[in-house]
Amino acid sequence: MTPLLQVEGLRTHFFTRAGVVKAVDDVSFAVDRGEVLGLVGESGSGKSITGYSIMGLVDPPGRIVAGSIRLDGREIRELDAESMRRLRGNRMAMIFQDPMMTLNPVLRIDRQMTEAILAHDDVSRATALERARDALGRVGIPSPDERLRAYPHQFSGGMRQRVAIAIALLNGPDLVIADEPTTALDVTIQGQILYEIQKLAREAGTALVWITHDLSVVAGLADRVCVMYAGRIVEQGTTAQVLDAPLHPYTQGLLDSVPSRNARGARLRQIAGMTPSLVDLPDACAFRERCDRADGACGEAPPMRVAGGDPGRGARCHHPLVPWPCP
Amino acid sequence: MSVYVVRRGLQSVVVLFAMSLIVFLGVYAIGNPIDILINPQADQIDRERAIAALGLDKPLWEQYVVFLKSAATGDLGHSFVHSTPALRLIVEKMPATMELAIAAMLIAVVLGIPLGLWAGLRPHAFSGRAIMAGSILGFSLPTFWVGLMLIMVFSVMLGWLPSNGRGPTVEILGVDVSFLSLEGWRHLVMPATNLALFKLALLIRLTRAGTREALMQDYVKFARAKGLSNARVIGVHVLRNILIPIVTVIGLEFGSVIAFAIVTESVFAWPGMGKLLIDSINLLDRPVIVAYLLVIVAIFIAINLAVDVLYSALDPRVRLSDSKG
Repeated sequence: MTPLLQVEGLRTHFFTRAGVVKAVDDVSFAVDRGEVLGLVGESGSGKSITGYSIMGLVDPPGRIVAGSIRLDGREIRELDAESMRRLRGNRMAMIFQDPMMTLNPVLRIDRQMTEAILAHDDVSRATALERARDALGRVGIPSPDERLRAYPHQFSGGMRQRVAIAIALLNGPDLVIADEPTTALDVTIQGQILYEIQKLAREAGTALVWITHDLSVVAGLADRVCVMYAGRIVEQGTTAQVLDAPLHPYTQGLLDSVPSRNARGARLRQIAGMTPSLVDLPDACAFRERCDRADGACGEAPPMRVAGGDPGRGARCHHPLVPWPCP
Repeated sequence: MSVYVVRRGLQSVVVLFAMSLIVFLGVYAIGNPIDILINPQADQIDRERAIAALGLDKPLWEQYVVFLKSAATGDLGHSFVHSTPALRLIVEKMPATMELAIAAMLIAVVLGIPLGLWAGLRPHAFSGRAIMAGSILGFSLPTFWVGLMLIMVFSVMLGWLPSNGRGPTVEILGVDVSFLSLEGWRHLVMPATNLALFKLALLIRLTRAGTREALMQDYVKFARAKGLSNARVIGVHVLRNILIPIVTVIGLEFGSVIAFAIVTESVFAWPGMGKLLIDSINLLDRPVIVAYLLVIVAIFIAINLAVDVLYSALDPRVRLSDSKG
């Protein structure tokens, strides 16, 4: 069975005056129908650009230079602008990080919702309005009839993110790319939103690509996890595999930096050094300068190696925490 | 809303009062109109009779009180020169200036916003850069010089357009307008273009900057992620947001176009309020100057009020309410 989304060898580069920024450099992964994939990494690791690349929303000077993105077996990089527009918001949708910024401040909620329906379905305005109201109700917004006539500034951050989620789910997409949708919210609201999306996605059989830097979010949500570093996926596997028995030293470093995993009162562990600049990145392991296991071999970029015969499990590392061929 | 309007009305009265005082004192300081108005050969009796007739024999404060009293009844005094009510002189000239100002503003808006959008959407393309280069010319070339050049090219060299005057007018609803006849158009197009040039450049730059900024906002990306067409993203999501500052500037600039059409009116001998003001200043015709400035201030106040109301219609975050207001 073909996976719902298959990304292979994706390279998205930004051609700036300072040089070529390889924001996404040879990224491959697949998402099945109804599956939740966690895309984890620090700021600037290329996880958001991966999401934009799939949606066809990379702005100049950025450009997808290589790779293939197949939705339901169909190569979407070859689609013209109009066919791509018909996919966006219809078959695949995206939720953004900051709910204060994603809704247009001068348009009423009803307009922002119905336009998303009318862009794809040839239905009457009244039908669209009805669907919009039902969608608001489903994401837990009280008195949706009234709230439809409100403006974004009359909503709290959590409520706005619910509206954004309702908009993303309006046309029953097969795939939702969620770009850190809970990062800008209060912790209590985060939990509610997480629960809400998970519930709605499961009910509709929607696949989720959940982009986050927060491993604790991924732990409770994702079926599988890809860890990104400097534009590359450095480790992938099921959530249990990656979180419980990491192969890549970077994944281990991320896990060690989660406060709750450290003993109370002890100094928080952190990964030494900084993420490298992505401008004209040399063709070597990008993590080698922060890694205590690095040696001469790391001057050459490690390929993605499959571990223990499981094609979904692997890492890009010459010296994984469990020696090759990892069980 | 109604409380808001009433408060704005009271503020306007204070502004008008202050303005009249400043102008009254200012014109008094410039010089004595008697020296200009009365024949130097006139004898002392004639002189004093004329001074008394114009009310200039009283001390300044008393003149001002008299002015205020009649102003309260809507009478802004009689012109020293024409002996007709100053307000009527101005109102007679107002349609010409208004027509010029509206035509200029329409040119600026109709060309400026699309050109600015275009330049904002294609900042690195040749067309976008060319528009911006053109707008720099619009900003930096002095109005009177551009006016003279227009006359040189289109009237003197090509002979296509008349160089001065307003042309024939047609009366609609008691107002004389010239845009209804071809000949009127031929007279209007050059001064209106001249007056529009600076505002056009301003609107292009403002629209371009707003577009560039809006395009980077998340709500534009989100709108595209919803699968909206480009036309809708630009025409609704971007344009609605950038219209907020643009409407403000259009309003303010419309006031200044009316008030400072003087240069263009002088170059093209356009029979408007600006020309009347220049003539009145030359003759120290105080009632006309005072009345002119009060009318201009009143227009500014009215435009500002209209902009505020429009602003609240465009931006839901600034709804005018009685409680917060």
